[in-house]
Amino acid sequence: MRLVVDLNRCQGYAQCAFLAPDVFAMHGDESLLYNPQPDEEHRENVVRAVHACPVRAILLDAMNGSLSSAEARGER
Amino acid sequence: MSGDSALERLKREGRIVVVGASLAGLRAAETMREKGFAGSLTMIGDEPYEPYDRPPLSKQVLLGKATADRTALPRRRDIDAKWRLGVPATGLDMTARRVKLADGDEVEYDRLLIATGVRARPWPNEEEAALEGVFTLRTRDDGAALERRLAAGPRRVLVIGAGFTGSEIASACRERDLPVTVAERGAGPLVGALGGVIGEVAAGMHRDNGVDLRTGVMVTGLEGDSSGQVRAAHLSDGSLVEADVVIVSLGAQRNTDWLAGSGLGAGPRGIACDAGCRAFNIWGIVTDDVFVAGDVARSPHALFGYQFLSLEHWGNAVAQAETAAHNMLSEGVDRRPHVWIPAFWSSQFGVNIKSVGVPSMGNEILITQGSRDERRFVGVYGYQGRVIGAVTFDQCRWLDFYEQQIEHTAPFPLPFTTVDRRSEGNKPLDADFPDPSVPTHGPTITLSGYSPADRQMTFTPAHN
Ligand SMILES: Cc1cc2nc3c(=O)[nH]c(=O)nc-3n(C[C@H](O)[C@H](O)[C@H](O)COP(=O)(O)OP(=O)(O)OC[C@H]3O[C@@H](n4cnc5c(N)ncnc54)[C@H](O)[C@@H]3O)c2cc1C
Ligand code: SF4
Repeated sequence: MRLVVDLNRCQGYAQCAFLAPDVFAMHGDESLLYNPQPDEEHRENVVRAVHACPVRAILLDAMNGSLSSAEARGER
Repeated sequence: MSGDSALERLKREGRIVVVGASLAGLRAAETMREKGFAGSLTMIGDEPYEPYDRPPLSKQVLLGKATADRTALPRRRDIDAKWRLGVPATGLDMTARRVKLADGDEVEYDRLLIATGVRARPWPNEEEAALEGVFTLRTRDDGAALERRLAAGPRRVLVIGAGFTGSEIASACRERDLPVTVAERGAGPLVGALGGVIGEVAAGMHRDNGVDLRTGVMVTGLEGDSSGQVRAAHLSDGSLVEADVVIVSLGAQRNTDWLAGSGLGAGPRGIACDAGCRAFNIWGIVTDDVFVAGDVARSPHALFGYQFLSLEHWGNAVAQAETAAHNMLSEGVDRRPHVWIPAFWSSQFGVNIKSVGVPSMGNEILITQGSRDERRFVGVYGYQGRVIGAVTFDQCRWLDFYEQQIEHTAPFPLPFTTVDRRSEGNKPLDADFPDPSVPTHGPTITLSGYSPADRQMTFTPAHN
């Protein structure tokens, strides 16, 4: 599972850190640190964080997995 | 078929090529598919990896809280592309509409998007740059290698350059309890992007966190031991810093070399384009099939006197990519301008730094809220009587408000009193930017147009 937070948008409300503490953590008063590729077991919490973020700053993968090697070699 | 316009044909069976398979390239590709582009899409990238996110490299990754190989960007949707990864584009033939690749292949396009970004400026002395223990930080490989070295517990780290990346690296080192020296040519950290008033605050942050900050000095040479491992650095003030890790953080260079001789208006300052992301050729004539986006682009902005802005900002890469993608699949009046208000964030020494607008265009600064001593404040930049930019230290929730002031070209100094205005905020200060002819660094903004007021140039047309 991959995610990215648009930190221009993020206002440090820490909802995500509350709902998925294994993935998101505040660093200082306002800075957010997150794991961009958390293990699948955290998905449920991450999805809740995505929805709870008041500024919709968290983007979660709409696709599963990475490029197949055939794709990467340009054979598709 | 009647009504089958060129645009409809392009959308149905056209060939779109994206050079630069990173943030801007990926977001553009997703947007094109979202807009119904059904033709062939080729993504060319010189790195062997699929698109990944760079900001964590100097933050989470160096702190050991995420690994560099796990920052791949999430996909908003399947883009069904042909990926040509690990092979650089080496040339462009605009007449034949062809991109040349290093492996000898050529890829034809109907529309081309260039999103080749920037690379770290290397240490100028090649021999010294090749010493073991000397790093730059731009790519996933850089991040992984540097993290490994930091984890091994070097005796001292030297960071050359205190722009945003350099400062973030120093901050990560201190958090790992590593001794670190920062050498900066300017009067303080971040001065190129935010000026000397803020640079002073940043310098305090370095020193209070135990960074050995040396300002107003240049590193004149690096020295290795007999095994080719870096050992020490010589500074212009005659001092010597012993360090076994040296990180060169001297800003970035635009990846435009591969376009030399192509006839495109590309050079060391990036690729000039119109507000609709269409690249200029060397005659200043806009092309209609070559588009640019992200760090490599340089585009005029109506709000900033149509000066050309080069931005090394994550948010700009996303927004410009979306606009470029839209315009690549639109004609005439349906095209829209990229009028993004510059914005970026940084995180260092536990402080959240954010900025909007173009602070470096301002010459005055007013601390409208909070105080510099507390490292919790809003600084507003003024330029010729209007608000042109703002910076916040741990006050990010106010940024939207100031962004609106910039958009509305509100008068500077702001006439109203705010909730947390202290005495230091009663009077604007000289923002104290260094002489613009001295190069600076950091994920920031380069203004490369001429203001009509400057009258720097006289153009004498040839008579023939
Ligand atoms: C360590 C670090 C920290 C950062 N932190 C922040 C931050 O906190 N906030 C912020 O706003 N921004 C930050 N940035 C900046 C942000 O990452 C960039 O603005 C963003 O990556 C730009 O995306 P891009 O797609 O335009 O260019 P890039 O991400 O540079 O991608 C360009 C791609 O094109 C490839 N390429 C180059 N030449 C060729 C060629 N000839 N053929 C094929 N491929 C080629 C490159 O290898 C690269 O993969 C940071 C950057 C770094 C390096
Ligand atoms: S919930 Fe959203 S705004 Fe709040 S810290 Fe998380 S990402 Fe930022």
